[in-house]
Amino acid sequence: MSVNVVLTVAVGLLFGTGVYLLMERSLTRVLLGFVLVGNGVNLLILHMGGPAGKAPIIADGVAASEMNDPLPQALILTAIVITFGVTAFILAMIYRSWRLAQGDLVVDDVDDRRVASGAGSPEEADEEMEAQPADTEFEGLR
Amino acid sequence: MTPADAVAILGPLPVVLPLLGAGLTLTMTGRAAAQRLVSITVLTVVLAVAVVLLLLVDQAGAQSVVIGGWRPPLGIVLVVDRLSALLLVTSATVALGVLVYAVGQGMTDGEDSETPVSIFHPTYLILIAGVANAFLTGDLFNLYVGFEILLTASYVLLTLGGTEARLRAGVTYVIVSLVSSVLFLSGIGLVYGATGTVNLAQLAERLDTLPADTRLVLHVALLLGFGIKAAVFPLAFWLPDSYPTAPAPVTAVFAGLLTKIGVYAIIRTETLLFPGEELSNVLLVAALLTLTVAILGAIVQSDLKRVLSYTLVSHIGYMMFGIALGSVAGLAAAIFYAVHHITIQTTLFLASGLVERRGGSTSSRRLGGLAHLAPLLGVLYFVPAMNLAGIPPLSGFVGKLGLFRAGVAEGGWLVYTVVAAGALTSLLTLYAVARIWNVAFWRSPLEAENPEPVLLDPSPKGVMPPTMVAATAAMVTVGVLLAVAAGPLWSLCTRATEDLVDRNAYIRTVLQ
Repeated sequence: MSVNVVLTVAVGLLFGTGVYLLMERSLTRVLLGFVLVGNGVNLLILHMGGPAGKAPIIADGVAASEMNDPLPQALILTAIVITFGVTAFILAMIYRSWRLAQGDLVVDDVDDRRVASGAGSPEEADEEMEAQPADTEFEGLR
Repeated sequence: MTPADAVAILGPLPVVLPLLGAGLTLTMTGRAAAQRLVSITVLTVVLAVAVVLLLLVDQAGAQSVVIGGWRPPLGIVLVVDRLSALLLVTSATVALGVLVYAVGQGMTDGEDSETPVSIFHPTYLILIAGVANAFLTGDLFNLYVGFEILLTASYVLLTLGGTEARLRAGVTYVIVSLVSSVLFLSGIGLVYGATGTVNLAQLAERLDTLPADTRLVLHVALLLGFGIKAAVFPLAFWLPDSYPTAPAPVTAVFAGLLTKIGVYAIIRTETLLFPGEELSNVLLVAALLTLTVAILGAIVQSDLKRVLSYTLVSHIGYMMFGIALGSVAGLAAAIFYAVHHITIQTTLFLASGLVERRGGSTSSRRLGGLAHLAPLLGVLYFVPAMNLAGIPPLSGFVGKLGLFRAGVAEGGWLVYTVVAAGALTSLLTLYAVARIWNVAFWRSPLEAENPEPVLLDPSPKGVMPPTMVAATAAMVTVGVLLAVAAGPLWSLCTRATEDLVDRNAYIRTVLQ
């Protein structure tokens, strides 16, 4: 199988930047990271369909070597639709989170904080963790 | 009519019926009674179909159904064998029990913000369609689609009502699930690049011919994706943070089904696609750490639902142990344990939902005296809790005994270590559930740090709707029946494993 270097590097870049964004606490950046990684995977699958330049259409009288493999493209279409739906859902979550808390930060779990800090009740743990650094697109609006 | 014809008609129904039901219930927004009728009917029919499928394939062997008009290996096939049919029957039973419980809760609460009934029913049915699709499919990409169907439905169910706590839990769950899906999808891309097919039967043939290092990369890529879904240590951190905040029926069905889909996918990967020993030791270590680390988490927690979430993760380790052994006895015990665990873990979460309704909380700081106030609830918690801990003669004991015997038959210091860890985990599970029993049920509410007012009230009315209690009691009974029918069930699991080990039969069934 021939390898297209440009596509391979593009897949790597999309994965790298996507994973970096997924590590952020701001949900909006996490969403962007997910979109990038999702596109990276789609490119990866496209890459598996063989070299570019041929149509993935089965027709009479056309040899198999003259056409591209249509299956990866069908897989990508499915994956794109799923990514689209999930992206819309996360956007709704970000909006809801903004409506409720005026922010989109992913915060630590209350009970985890309690166990970790050895505090008696979730309220105490909350107070201890109040000073969490804020890092969000919505910071100025607070 | 031959068994093959019957399976050709019945095979797609567990996927198709819930999807049609979901569409139908969606058009009935606001008519709660009609929605209830449709979804309960659909799941009852799915359960009946699943039982018939299990009987058919147990008699006639595995059958494949070609759907979509393309012959395999190009088109998508559904494959019904003993393993998928058995897990389908278990899942349909659990799904029906939880649905009745949820209906009981919804009827009492009305359409308040806790359970927006008009969304619940369609989403729940889509979840079951995804579960059935994942169990039945004979195609790697269709497995991914099944995962996505059930995951997307689960995102909606987990954040039902959109409160702040549920959004917080939902964010962790959604992002982790997305990452696992992306890993799985990249795995599919790589598998396709290496073999040129996504049909499981053809993959089984072609993967054998690949160089060992390529096989290893593909194997690890798939296991990572499935490992996150199955909540195997160290990929299990997300589960205890996200499950407990959801409504009780939702947590119950997630606990029973979602992680087991991951376990099922791992069983298929290890038996059909990559048989052999290449990652056995890695899986054994993963099983060891899943068992011990998660059960230590269960001991520290003070909230009933969180304790149960940690025992859920911990007991995934038992199934991983059976899969890692790879012997017929080990795999059969893992399948038996999966059936047991789906039922029992769901029942315990249903009981914890009842505790929350009767006692006003699931926190061990606020509960007390429930055994006196609600003796029936005490039974409904105690029996599955002892079952989970593995007290004889209940099914948890049978499953653990089978695993340990398979382990001892295998031998080797690592295996013996996991067996010892398994026995220790069983004891610590007993400690964790008995601690909750002592605190929530046994002591007087006055001894609680911060007792719920409802526990001190001598005559609260209507806090435990009869439908919810009946659904929980039915699930407890199913759990006990697993022990009563342990002999036939065990031999069924052994036959299912013999199917799995004989890959050529599977390949022949699909590719004729």
